[in-house]
Amino acid sequence: MSDVSFVRTEMQPEKTPPASTVGIIGWAHHRLFSSYLNSAITVIALYLIFMLLKGLIPWIFSPTWSAASLGECREMIAAAGHEEGACWGVIRDRWIQIIFGFYPVEYYWRPIVTFLLLFVALAPVLFSEYTPPKLIWFTGIFPFLMPWLLWGGSIWTPLMIMAGFAICYFAFKAIDAAAGTIPALIGSVLALIVWWLFLASPVASAINNIIPIELGGVESRNFGGLMLSLTIGVVAIAISLPLGIVLALGRQSHLPIVRMMCVGFIEFIRGVPLITLLFVASTLLNIFLPPGTNFDIILRVIIMATLFSAAYMAEVIRGGLAALPKGQYEGADSLGLNYWQSQRLIIMPQALKISIPGIVSSFIGLFKDTTLVSIIGLLDPIGLSNAIRADTAWTGIVWELYGFIALLFWVFCFSMSRYSMYLERKLKTTN
Amino acid sequence: MKKTVFFSALTLAGLAAGAATAGTLDDVKARGKLNCGVSTGVIGFAAPDANGVWQGFDVGVCRAVAAAVLGDQNAIEFVPTTGKTRFTALASGEIDMLARNTTWTYSRDVDLKFTFVGVNYYDGQGFLVPKSLGVSSATELDGATVCIQTGTTTELNLADYFRANNMSYEPVPIETNAEAQQQFLAGACDVFTTDASGLAATRSAFEKPGDYVLLPEIISKEPLGPLVRHGDDQWGDVVRWTLNALISAEELGVNSANIAELAAAAGNNPEINRMLGTEGNLGEMLGLDADWAVRAISVGGNYGELFEKNIGENTPVGLARGLNAQWTNGGLIYSPPFR
Repeated sequence: MSDVSFVRTEMQPEKTPPASTVGIIGWAHHRLFSSYLNSAITVIALYLIFMLLKGLIPWIFSPTWSAASLGECREMIAAAGHEEGACWGVIRDRWIQIIFGFYPVEYYWRPIVTFLLLFVALAPVLFSEYTPPKLIWFTGIFPFLMPWLLWGGSIWTPLMIMAGFAICYFAFKAIDAAAGTIPALIGSVLALIVWWLFLASPVASAINNIIPIELGGVESRNFGGLMLSLTIGVVAIAISLPLGIVLALGRQSHLPIVRMMCVGFIEFIRGVPLITLLFVASTLLNIFLPPGTNFDIILRVIIMATLFSAAYMAEVIRGGLAALPKGQYEGADSLGLNYWQSQRLIIMPQALKISIPGIVSSFIGLFKDTTLVSIIGLLDPIGLSNAIRADTAWTGIVWELYGFIALLFWVFCFSMSRYSMYLERKLKTTN
Repeated sequence: MKKTVFFSALTLAGLAAGAATAGTLDDVKARGKLNCGVSTGVIGFAAPDANGVWQGFDVGVCRAVAAAVLGDQNAIEFVPTTGKTRFTALASGEIDMLARNTTWTYSRDVDLKFTFVGVNYYDGQGFLVPKSLGVSSATELDGATVCIQTGTTTELNLADYFRANNMSYEPVPIETNAEAQQQFLAGACDVFTTDASGLAATRSAFEKPGDYVLLPEIISKEPLGPLVRHGDDQWGDVVRWTLNALISAEELGVNSANIAELAAAAGNNPEINRMLGTEGNLGEMLGLDADWAVRAISVGGNYGELFEKNIGENTPVGLARGLNAQWTNGGLIYSPPFR
């Protein structure tokens, strides 16, 4: 036999692919110029982008940062030989105001610290695998710390409100041992209400007289700018998620009264525009409440924004619940889990995972909706832009202010959207 | 937790209702702060500066009242109100007085139950047109497109005027003054109409103000002034006579430069003496001390000084005194005597 084989015994060395299919050329060939039609669309689109940038870039890069008024801006632009350009002096002059509103200058550190601590408090929730488990305690404390830092006053007030939970717990333990669960539940809630309504504030002021630990008070009227949007947005987001879960579960409940209340609430709130609710908060409540009542306007707005967002959240989560196969519920039942165990261990983790994109877009929507408060006279960034234009130095400025505000909002909304994508990847269990 | 706060707030509100409110003057003194409603931003009349300090012609009235009542021009909570929230804010007691370019009309006075305590600026609706339109009178505006803010009295005035002169127009509805400015400059409308003071302020911000003219016709009466709630006449008197003190001060030649000297001892003019409390007991009648008017005038000067500083001819707004000159100079600004 000879050594001649009729089949190739060694592999051919790999050839490099043709130049027209790899690298930048290949990419362009495939994605941009794959047919005559696509080539034409590409060329037209590139032309449009070019025209846009040609107008926009010289406008953005205009040497007006140091101007002190619109007139000065125009002189600078003319001196630089441009036809027109942005007047960035207004941002240099007012950016602190757009961020902090009328918050007292000497207390600027407080919103900054609150903002940084917000991330510390969120870390155990958002990035649980990278943070020490004990940090979750700080997350629990933060809702009491935040109002104290922002509004000031005695530290004993939030501490006494926290003490209410301890009192509630011990009352439950004591009555439970003596009289059983149902009386314990009622008794502990009563104790909590009595404590908060009648005892907490006198006790707090009594302790404060002995050991005064206070921050200078800041009135809600001084809140403004991005800080106001963030305060309303963050509080409403944090409360609306649990409230939305409860409403979604209530809507599916077998107890008719609970179900009807939840359905009624959700459908009523979803059937009314947010701006109507804000007008109720700002004007109607004023008429119903007796004269001289000082029911904080920001608290009113936060309550309305929270209720509004909770109704939408409930429907998003109901979508997640409906998407779960029936077998999951039956599996939980067959394991002998009770209602809350099966919700906590089986149903909610899956339903919430399905709802993440919807939940996050609700959050983003809510955060952007906070700008509607400018219509009821609160000076959020949009409201402030109007007030800034009423300064004789800056009348007539429009795009620079809106552009800056848009950038601020974009940073927050884009980060939220990126986080949701990260979370979806992390929780992905299919291959 | 928020719900609990809400209910506790309601409960507290119920308790507070029991203690019926005394007069606004006593409330303000007890609170140590005047809640003054201003606009969210009208050029020359009210706007926060870069440090968050409110400035403007209407703000000056608020500060004068605070100085007269509380002795401190900064003892004020400025409550920004929009055109939609201003009246409820005043009616509900959220603010003690409103100084926000508000036109004194019959229905606001009678039906909405407010008391206008006076007029601090006589305005009227005017027309702004580009010079290139070649129009010199509003009667030549037949068929023009007009930028107009919706839901305001200016809209109704415009319809009345064009109907009375048997002309037609095409409205371009807009929401805010900033939008109007953009639309007008972009040529979306031939004419921009609003209060003449607003037109002057808007024109001053144009790149080429000289290319635009204000037509001579003023088609409506817009007396702007501070207002308070019906039914508390003592408080109404405090605000009314604070404004009158500013006006009288200009008429009598009292200004921020000479007031310290005039208030130190009684001089030759008995009316100045009575106003500044060096003679008589006018302050006591008002429920204030003798120096109230001195403090009010010392804040920003008399009416004329406030006008010149905020909206006068040397400011970018550049309004002439016109109707708002003292009656002795042919204007309408007139204060009843201090006697």
